[in-house]
Amino acid sequence: MKSLSSALSFNDYRRKLINYMMIGLIVLGAFVALAPLFSIFYYVIERGYHNLSWTFFTSLPAPIGESGGGMGNALLGSLKIIGMATLLGVPWGIATGVYLSEYSYGKSSKTLRFVIDLLMGVPSIVIGIFIFTVVVRPMGGFSAYAGAVALAIIMCPIIARSTEEMLKTVPIHYREAGLALGIQRWKVILFILVRGKWGAIMTGVVLGVARISGETAPLLFTSLNNQYWSGSLKDPTSSLPVQIYTYSISPYEEWQMQAWTGALVLIIFVFLINLVIRSFFSNMRDSRD
Amino acid sequence: MKKKDKDFSDKIFYWILKILGYGTMVLLAALVVVLLKVSFPIFEKFGLKFFILNDWNPVTRVFGALPFIYGTVVTSLLAIVIAVPVSIGIALFVTEIANSKIKKILSFLVEMLAAIPSVVYGLWGLFVLVPWLRNSVEPFLGKYLGFIPLFYGAPYGVGVLAAGIILAIMIVPTVSSICREIFYSVPNLFREGALALGATHWEMMKLAVVKSSVSGIFGASILGLGRALGETMAVTMVIGNRPQISPSLFSPAQTLASLIANEYNEASNSSHLAALTAMGLVLLMVSLAVNTFAKIIQKRFQMRTGVGK
Repeated sequence: MKSLSSALSFNDYRRKLINYMMIGLIVLGAFVALAPLFSIFYYVIERGYHNLSWTFFTSLPAPIGESGGGMGNALLGSLKIIGMATLLGVPWGIATGVYLSEYSYGKSSKTLRFVIDLLMGVPSIVIGIFIFTVVVRPMGGFSAYAGAVALAIIMCPIIARSTEEMLKTVPIHYREAGLALGIQRWKVILFILVRGKWGAIMTGVVLGVARISGETAPLLFTSLNNQYWSGSLKDPTSSLPVQIYTYSISPYEEWQMQAWTGALVLIIFVFLINLVIRSFFSNMRDSRD
Repeated sequence: MKKKDKDFSDKIFYWILKILGYGTMVLLAALVVVLLKVSFPIFEKFGLKFFILNDWNPVTRVFGALPFIYGTVVTSLLAIVIAVPVSIGIALFVTEIANSKIKKILSFLVEMLAAIPSVVYGLWGLFVLVPWLRNSVEPFLGKYLGFIPLFYGAPYGVGVLAAGIILAIMIVPTVSSICREIFYSVPNLFREGALALGATHWEMMKLAVVKSSVSGIFGASILGLGRALGETMAVTMVIGNRPQISPSLFSPAQTLASLIANEYNEASNSSHLAALTAMGLVLLMVSLAVNTFAKIIQKRFQMRTGVGK
């Protein structure tokens, strides 16, 4: 009897030990996974802030060997490309989301939803090749337009799915009440459903914008790069991510430091959007639902 | 809802939405058709040999995809091997161990990890991760585990290992957030049952939570794989860009995506461009297949949990 109980207790100790070890391992693993995040923050700030000044935002890149200079043209180019991509991708995405949620049902809606999910999974560099073939070549050169179309294609499925999710949360009797009052269906959709969920839909839109603002690969063969201010939207246009890439693989230390500063600006931009949206969204959820 | 399209404006609205909605479908079809058309001469010339030819020479116009397919598969698999256990750990920590405050902070940090642009990962990888691997990790591994071919060779820093680690960091948010959702969907009865039978906390997590979610975790890994296969910028910056097949994790390599990023703008002739487009087509087809597969697994998992409830 005695030996049995001692054997049991030994087994218990072993199990307890394994329990603590595994929980320790899980906690440790979680922190190890986050270490890169802190490391990236640290280095981007430590190496990036030296060159962070007003001229960084306003002036052209300095020639090789000279210090100073900025990424004014890249920032402006990014704004142009993202702006145009938003103009194209947002209405398309919202329309697709509304169609999915309000008009499509059964098998065709499943297929469409599946296609949109597949589109979301297409590697962005493949979209770059596609746009090079169907836009850049016929137009005869790299342009801000081509970059914008590529980014719009990346953005559209993201916004479509988030819009659909948001509209799905509106109870069916809102629609029924609107229709019962004799309001036309498109007015019910636009002025009751979409308007009621406008804040949430915009959240998806802004997250989509944040997502494309860091995209580099689809811009490499569409808007290319430019060391100067690009005169028109038909010219090759510099953008912040492409400029960071070009500078970071260059052999010049001044350029590499500029790349870190560019990364700092890009990260601040993306994170500010995420933070603002997040606080806005959590407030809205608290007050509404 | 009853469909009553008596009004003309309703019909116009409906058709505008329908055209835009199905535009996405046309777009996906156009992607496949256009890439197929541009890369057709390559498949005509090389046939299936394109996939098994270990040679890449734009000057003599010999194009084989094997080293790039190899590089893509190896880096992505390495990323999965690193990222999946870590992601399961994070998901378990969030759902089973942490209190609500830590849970919130951790979820927030993981989402921040997802928000960092790829090019910034590449920058950090090139100037922080690669020197660290070259000076500390790879000499250490080579010294003690050098007899295994995986860890054989000179420590370059850039190469398969660096690319795999960067990819792992980048897919952890995707995989861990799906795992988290799956673990939340495990009924509490399972946990209570395990604990009531005398299981320790870890045994409960293992038996009640992880084992009942295996197929879901598999689906999450496949989705992570899909992301890793097509990731371009960060990999291009740390992989060393040398088309070669070597068993060592330390050696530089080249993936499909990084090859396209490097050479597309400088393509010397039309068949070079066609070959690069063919690489893009391979990438597209693989990503479509992987995502479809992940969807099927997810659906089966949802059906199973639906029956269980």
